Amino acid sequence: MIKGKFIDNLPKVYGIYTGGFLVFIIIMAIAEQAGMSAKMIGIFFVAFTVLIYALIGWLSRTLQTDAYYVAGRQVPTVFNGMATAADWMSGASFVAMAGGIYFKGYGYMALLVGWTGGYVLVASLLAPYLRKFGCYTVPDFIGTRYGGNLARFSAVIVLTVASFTYVTAQINATGTIASVALDIPFNIAVYVGLLSILMCSMLGGMRAVTWTQVAQYIVLIIAYLLPVFWISNNIGAGFFPHFMLADEVARIAELEGQFGFVKNSAADLATVPKGLAGITKPHSSVNATPWAFISLAVCMMAGTASLPHVMMRYFTTPSVRTARRSVGWSLFFIFLLYSSAPMLATLSKISLMDPTLATGIIGKSVADVQALDWYQNWNQANLMFVSDFNGNGTLELNEFFMKGSAVVLATPEIAGLPYVISGLVAAGGMAAAMSTADGLVLAISNALSHDVYYKIINPKAETAKRLIVARVLLVLIGFAGATIAALEIQGILGSVIWAFDFAMSGLFFPLVLGVWWKRANAPGAVAGMLLGLISGTAYLIWVRNGGSGFLGITQLTFGIVGASVSLVSMIVVSLITAAPDAATQKMVDDVRIPSGKTILGKQH
Amino acid sequence: MSKQEQHWEKTRNLLFITLAIWFVFSIGIFLFGAEMQESSIKPFGYPLTYWFTCQGSLAIFVILIFWFAGRQEKIDDEFGFTEREGEQ
Repeated sequence: MIKGKFIDNLPKVYGIYTGGFLVFIIIMAIAEQAGMSAKMIGIFFVAFTVLIYALIGWLSRTLQTDAYYVAGRQVPTVFNGMATAADWMSGASFVAMAGGIYFKGYGYMALLVGWTGGYVLVASLLAPYLRKFGCYTVPDFIGTRYGGNLARFSAVIVLTVASFTYVTAQINATGTIASVALDIPFNIAVYVGLLSILMCSMLGGMRAVTWTQVAQYIVLIIAYLLPVFWISNNIGAGFFPHFMLADEVARIAELEGQFGFVKNSAADLATVPKGLAGITKPHSSVNATPWAFISLAVCMMAGTASLPHVMMRYFTTPSVRTARRSVGWSLFFIFLLYSSAPMLATLSKISLMDPTLATGIIGKSVADVQALDWYQNWNQANLMFVSDFNGNGTLELNEFFMKGSAVVLATPEIAGLPYVISGLVAAGGMAAAMSTADGLVLAISNALSHDVYYKIINPKAETAKRLIVARVLLVLIGFAGATIAALEIQGILGSVIWAFDFAMSGLFFPLVLGVWWKRANAPGAVAGMLLGLISGTAYLIWVRNGGSGFLGITQLTFGIVGASVSLVSMIVVSLITAAPDAATQKMVDDVRIPSGKTILGKQH
Repeated sequence: MSKQEQHWEKTRNLLFITLAIWFVFSIGIFLFGAEMQESSIKPFGYPLTYWFTCQGSLAIFVILIFWFAGRQEKIDDEFGFTEREGEQ
C-alpha cells in the first residue's frame, strides 16, 4: 500500500491515520449504543491514542545526531505547521482557555491576541535566520553567534528556567486527564502521563516528537471542533458557529442585564469548593483597561518569540524559505482552535443561562438542578456546585459555580451530546498536553546534552555516547518535572504564563539583536540574559510577597520589567566593550541571506 | 552599495511594514477597545472589539505572515539569494 520513502508518503500516511481515527470514534459510538459504560469508553479513547503515539515514537527511533536533534531537516512545510501547532497548544490551551474566556471575558482574550500575534515576530524577526544558522538548539545559536561558553551557558539557564516552569504544568495536565479518564489516583496518573511522554520522545528525539506531534494535532483538533459544531447545531445556533453566534452573544448580554451580577457575601463564598468560580464578568463587553490588555498581550507575544521549544521546530524544515512559510501554517492550524474557543465559551454559557432552552438551569428550581444526572456527575468530580444562598428555591446566576476546565470537559454532556464525545475530548486534552510536554522536555535535554555536555564538557564525545547522554537527561528531566507536578504548586495556567515571562526576560533581545544588530557582542548578550532573568524573577518574587509593583505590571506581566532591563543592559554593555571581530560580522552577514551554506555544518 | 547591502535594506523595509501592520492589530486598536465596542460596524453581527479578539486580529496575523513570506521570497529572488534545491 505504501511504497518509497516515508517523507514522500506523508499525506497518504496521515490520511489513513485520520480515517482510522474517525472509524474508531464511530465504533465507540456504536459500542455506547450497545451499552458500553462511560468509564470503559474513556479508557479506550485515552489508551488507544496513547498506544498509537508510542508506536510512532518506536518506529521513528534513530542513532544519528541530525535525526535526533532536528529530525534530519526534512519536515515539509505543512506538516511542520501541524507539529508546531500541537507543540504550541498545551493542555492549558485545550482544557483551560475556553473556561478562561467564559469567566473573565475581554481581559482574558488578550491571551488569544498575544499567543497568535507572537508568530508574526517569529516569522519576521527570527525563524528564517535561525534556520539559516543551522543550529541544533537555541543556545547553540547564542553560543556560536556571540562566542564563548559563558554566553552559551547563560542561554541554557534561561531556557531551562522557562521551559521547566512550563513543563511541570503540562505533566500536571496529563496527570489530571489520565486520572479522570483511567480512574486512578492523581499522584500515580502523573507518572503514567510521564511514561507516555517519554515513549514518544526517548528513542527518536526530534524525529519521533515531530511525527507524534502531527498525529496528536489531528486528534486534538477533531476533539475540539466536533463538539463546537455539534452543540451549535443541536441548540439551533447556526451550522457554522464562528460566523453565526452574534445573536447568542447579544442574548447573553441581555440575560446578564436581566439577572444582574449580584455580589456574594464572603460567608457564602466560603462554602463554595476551592477552584470553582461563578459568572461575575460580562461576556462580550470591554472589561479591562487598555494597559491591562495590551501589557498582557505584549508579554505573550515576546514570550512566544523566545520560547525555545517553538523556535527549534523551525530548525527541522528543509530550507529557509520553508521555515518562513511553515510559521504561517503553524499559525493557521493554531487559529483553527483559538478562534473556536470563544465560540465554545459562548455556546456553553447560553446553554446554561437561557431559560428558554431545555438545557438552561438559571431560573429553574434548585432541587431540579441538583437532581440532574450531569450535575451530579460533575459535582462529584468537584467541577460544579450550586447553592441556594438567598433561600428562594430558584437558582440565580450568582448561585452557580464551575471550574474553568468544566467548560471544555462538561459542555458536551450538558448540551446532551452522547458520552463518546466526552471520551474524545479527554483524548484531545491528553494529546495537547503530551505534545507540548514532549517538545519542552526535549528542548531542555537537548540543550543540556548538546550545549553543556558536548560543547562545553566533552567536545570529543562520540555520536553514540552523545545520544546516550541525551536520552538519560531526557528521562531525568521528565522525572524531575513529574515530581514537581505532583506537588501542585501553581494552577495550570498560572505557570504557563510565567514561562512566557521568563523566556521573554532572558532571551527575547539577545536572540533578536543577534540577527538585527551586528554590534551586539558576547558581554552584552550575557548581561542581557542574566540581568533580564534576574530582574524579572526579582520583580515576580516581590509582587508575589505582597509588593505593590509599579506601572500596573503584575505577576503575569513581569516579563516587561525583565525584558526592559535586558535590552538596556545589553546595549550599554555591548557599546562599552569591544565590537565583535570581523569573522563574527561576516557570520551575521551570511545569516541574513538565505542562499549559501549554513553557518554550522550538517553534523556538528 | 553592494548587492548584499541593498538586499538587507529591502529586507529591513519589509520588516518595518510588517511590524507596523502587526502593531496596529495587536496593540493599536486595543487602545480604543471601549470606543470600538460602541461602533456601528459589526462584522457578522458581533460587537467590533469582541470580534477582533475572537477572530479579526488572529486571522489578520495568519494572512500577514503569508503575505510577508511571499514578499521576502520576491526580494530574495531579485538578488539571486534564493537557496538552490538540496543546498544545506
